[in-house]
Amino acid sequence: MAVTASIRDSSSNAVRAALTGGKRDVRGMLFALTLLLCLLGALLVLTVLMWDVIAQAIPVFQKRSTGFLTNDLNSSPDKAGVSQGIWGSLMIAMFVVLLAFPVGIAAGVYLEEYAKPSRFNAFIRLNIRNLAGVPSVVYGILGLVVFVQGLDWLTGGRSVISAGITLAILVLPIIIITTAESVSAVPSGLREAGYGVGGTRWETTRDHVLPYAAPGILTGTMLAVARALGEAAPLLLIGAITGRLASVQGQSLVEKMQGKFTTMPIVVYGWANEVNKPGEITGLTFEQLNSAAIVVLLVMVLALNAAAILLRNRFERNRQG
Amino acid sequence: MSSSSVTSQFTIGDLRGNPRRIRKERGMRLLLLVAAATSIVISALIVYTLFKEAWHFLVLLSDESGLGALIDDGANPGWYPRNGRFDLPTIVIGTVLVSLVSIVVAAPLGLGAAVFLSEYASPRTRKWLKPILEVLAGVPSVVFGFFALRVLGPDLIQPLFNTSQTTSLLVTGVAIGFLVTPLMASISEDALRAVPTSLREVSTGLGARKSNTVIKVVLPAAVSGIVAALIISVSRAVGETMVAALASGRLGQSPRTLDVRDPGLTMTAAMAQVATGSDQVVGSGPVFQSLFFVGALLFLMTLALNMIANRIVGRFRNKY
Repeated sequence: MAVTASIRDSSSNAVRAALTGGKRDVRGMLFALTLLLCLLGALLVLTVLMWDVIAQAIPVFQKRSTGFLTNDLNSSPDKAGVSQGIWGSLMIAMFVVLLAFPVGIAAGVYLEEYAKPSRFNAFIRLNIRNLAGVPSVVYGILGLVVFVQGLDWLTGGRSVISAGITLAILVLPIIIITTAESVSAVPSGLREAGYGVGGTRWETTRDHVLPYAAPGILTGTMLAVARALGEAAPLLLIGAITGRLASVQGQSLVEKMQGKFTTMPIVVYGWANEVNKPGEITGLTFEQLNSAAIVVLLVMVLALNAAAILLRNRFERNRQG
Repeated sequence: MSSSSVTSQFTIGDLRGNPRRIRKERGMRLLLLVAAATSIVISALIVYTLFKEAWHFLVLLSDESGLGALIDDGANPGWYPRNGRFDLPTIVIGTVLVSLVSIVVAAPLGLGAAVFLSEYASPRTRKWLKPILEVLAGVPSVVFGFFALRVLGPDLIQPLFNTSQTTSLLVTGVAIGFLVTPLMASISEDALRAVPTSLREVSTGLGARKSNTVIKVVLPAAVSGIVAALIISVSRAVGETMVAALASGRLGQSPRTLDVRDPGLTMTAAMAQVATGSDQVVGSGPVFQSLFFVGALLFLMTLALNMIANRIVGRFRNKY
């Protein structure tokens, strides 16, 4: 295959040289170079960002080791840690999995498998597309009014329950849209075979359509969790704690979930506003601490993102082959 | 059973199938419909809460200082909620300036990257570069905010544009520009790849250079998709909160400014800073309540942009 490719390349080069009279297309090459620079420029930003954050974070992990991951928020850079942020973010992820996954996948399946082309269903589709474009801070207002104030007997007010439900609602359109896309990509022959042997619509969906669409749905749900883990704006409105947050000993899980909370992105936001004075014992600043917190956040978010993209690419390749 | 008795006993009921399966089928259908209808409930809740509380703000404001406070025509107009001065043009201009800067950054970078990926990159290069760009899209916005505050502001924008301090509307705009570049690239690339190969082949067959084919054939054919990508990127930039809250250089109040090099306030930053400020009690007067009014305005702006973009995308989907 490599041999045929090299023959094809050399012959196409020969043809091109004959057509252009051997002159090089300088303008075209400059154009291609500019385009490449645009792409590399975008990637360069990512590289500089990562480099800067990691270089700043290394001393934190060296001097504080696991203490940084297990300590509570604190006003001293010698003691402050991200354990509460990690706990809050994991709780958020749990709410997204428990609430947004079932509802989102069910809605996506309805739109592709059940919905007839009626005005009502067209309205649902339009509505979901518009919901996906609503700024995240507006979802924060929804969470503030409905879950923090309206349902405070259930959520405990400014708590991780309110935050989790709000972010589950925020990512719901993403899950619905990706589910609908992967379900509509299922070959109709699979459905027809299911109906042909007498399956009902639900039996065909459950046994044939969903298993085939599963990788695409999984990719969408992973991207949705990653989005929820990185989201900060709605949580500011719901009232996540940016300053000092003391852990209370001996709380039950329900009490803890109804109490004050913070998440990783909120920790990053809070520390970005801290005074940049080195701690007396370790000599670390909040700027360095914050870089370390960003490393923790990026590991959580980008690992999920990368896994989702790899999964999608692998299945796209298998389906084509 | 003989064959004659089969014909006599065979009723229409036998063709209806197992009633348990039919009941289950109907149940599942209803369950899935309820899930899909949840999205309408959510939209209704968003609209209801936003406009109810925004109306409440207007009532409070007209009681306290009159609706004239929304457009300050004094000598030094600005957004000073604590003093009862809610000059909307201040934060709307801030948002517009930041969005313009961000689109100036994101449009060439994103479109260039999209053209390279769709027209020039070999399948192997594309396979590596595209996922990296998608990972860039996953970096949380608060990280970009910190990056703008720490690196972009002091090391790039301040020396380059000679701004008075390290945070400004310009820094925010540039950082948001980098943030929406992957989005711009990904939607434009979809539009470019939707252009049929035959158009490129005809152009090449007529003797056009590759660059001419791209500029004069492929880009014009994909123009509606690219415009949609631009509008969606603007809409994202308008709604971006964390970068604006960290890197715009004002805390909750700001004079009106038309210069992007000045520190300023966007609508989203004003909302975030009211929410994290000391007046977190709802019903404590118009300061906290202004959050909802600005939110409602932001919602209407992004909704209008998204509707236009959706309409354009729908049109270019139908074309090919």
